[in-house]
Amino acid sequence: MKRLIFGDHQPTSRIALISLAMTALCLIWIYPFVWMLATSLKSNTEIFGNPGLIPESWAWENYARAWTEANMGRYFFNTLFVTVGSVVLVTFATSLMGYILGRFEFPGRTLLFVATVSTVFVPQGFTIIPVFELLSAMGLSTGLLGLTLATSGNAIVIFVVLFAGYFSQLPKELEEAARVEGVSQWQIFWYVMLPLAKPMVVTVLIMQVLNAWNDFLLPLVITLANPAIRTLSVGIYAFKGEQTIDWTGMAAAATISIIPVVLLFILLQRYFINGLAGAVKG
Amino acid sequence: MHLLHILHRHRFAYLMLLPGLILSGMFVFYPIFAAVFYAMQDWSGFNADIKFVGFQNFVDLFRDPIFWNAFGRSIYFLAGTVPAQLVLSLMLAMVLNNQLLKLSNLFRTMVFLPVVTPVAVIGIVWTFLLSPFNGPINGLLLDIGLIARPIDFLGSSDTVMPSVIGVYVWKWLGITLIYWLAALQTVPEDVYDAARLDNCKGLRLVVLVVLPIIMPFAVAITLITMVSALNVFPLIMSMTNGGPFFGSEVMEIFIYRTAFASDDGTIPRLGYAAAAGVLFGLMILGLTILQSLATRMARRRAEGVA
Repeated sequence: MKRLIFGDHQPTSRIALISLAMTALCLIWIYPFVWMLATSLKSNTEIFGNPGLIPESWAWENYARAWTEANMGRYFFNTLFVTVGSVVLVTFATSLMGYILGRFEFPGRTLLFVATVSTVFVPQGFTIIPVFELLSAMGLSTGLLGLTLATSGNAIVIFVVLFAGYFSQLPKELEEAARVEGVSQWQIFWYVMLPLAKPMVVTVLIMQVLNAWNDFLLPLVITLANPAIRTLSVGIYAFKGEQTIDWTGMAAAATISIIPVVLLFILLQRYFINGLAGAVKG
Repeated sequence: MHLLHILHRHRFAYLMLLPGLILSGMFVFYPIFAAVFYAMQDWSGFNADIKFVGFQNFVDLFRDPIFWNAFGRSIYFLAGTVPAQLVLSLMLAMVLNNQLLKLSNLFRTMVFLPVVTPVAVIGIVWTFLLSPFNGPINGLLLDIGLIARPIDFLGSSDTVMPSVIGVYVWKWLGITLIYWLAALQTVPEDVYDAARLDNCKGLRLVVLVVLPIIMPFAVAITLITMVSALNVFPLIMSMTNGGPFFGSEVMEIFIYRTAFASDDGTIPRLGYAAAAGVLFGLMILGLTILQSLATRMARRRAEGVA
């Protein structure tokens, strides 16, 4: 395969060949999505008779059923709330903490830094029980607010490390110039440093959106007692448990739950890609 | 007085640390200590009936075959996913990094699509795709005559782990691809030209020329991929619930089942589950240290040779 790329004879036909092979591969790759979309528009009897991808009659009522019976509307709102809330919280808290850790000398800095870095590897299974108990003790274990807070705390250390690394590379003169002008510390951060860290902000934003939209263990545990605050992921999982035969309703519910995030991705693709690339560059 | 003085002098730094400290304190640092505390209790979680038992939970865990099986499956999962994900996505990245490939971005988007899809949805869609009752994959395999009877991919203990590993790699390959593409962009074009003059191609080109240049990225990418592969709970939960007969029960499922959802009617054992979490965390830490030591030694040896 590598020879195909780096050989220099007949580049056009080689490229055509690679393009063809890649097209085939990618179509197979996204087949599950195509199948899901097709199934969501078939009737429950048709899925067993018609293995093709084009439905005979377009059963839009599957979507209505998923929206009401599987409660997708409600879960949709919950997921949006948790995602937006945790993204705002995480970006604010981690950029500040990363800025201080990356650029300031203060007693306890080394200790805090080492403690932060060393927790990057702690698996979620390790902390889920105390997190749940803590939220219960605070009376937050059955509400959206508690879920949002815990979702924010989930991956926070890695973002702090990323921000600290990014801020520590920026030249020192920036702050000194601003300080001479008599600008306050807070304003330096807000108007000078944070805008400079925009690429990293985008990275953290995107990664947290993916985190929150994908999270499952935490919302599952927290919504055990209160199904009303289920997120889409937990909702569709519960729907599967209750409805083992309704494939088309399930496919419709699945489609509903991925449409917003896929649309967001396609529209903001450049930011997604560059943002994630920033995670390894930083 | 002295402490107050320090606090006052660095008040700005401490104040700005506060939001991050509160969040990480609540959900990262405190839970680590609390988990160790819970691990030493006999406790069902629902009442105040909590009893200190010291290291008894750990002793029990060491004798619990279900725990060891779950641990083994977690390692199996790591070993099955991480190398495959790293190598396949690097190969794909080498292909897509070609400037002449006009459709490169479109291909990248398609490969990335599973990454932005919620894991639970992926899991559920794949249970249908892999279903032995009218699932399209079995349908295809039957049609082309590869198999005579439908395979119960997720219902048989022989095939369940490979199936879950396959779906995991499919789901997350796109993100590793993006990381590799970012790394490959730092390789100057003339390096390829020079390699071509030396007739250095294919695997040799990757191992001898490209990888050394992107080594710092490769280390970071491997770490990120490993950390992510520890969070397999959502995929396995939504595909198999850990079944059949614990056949895909990895550590996180074991912890969840012991702590919250003992469907066999026994009382939940939060202390025992916390102990399992602690033990698993320690073992992962040990593996990480071992791995980084091995990497360092390998690098030193490579430098010694060169």
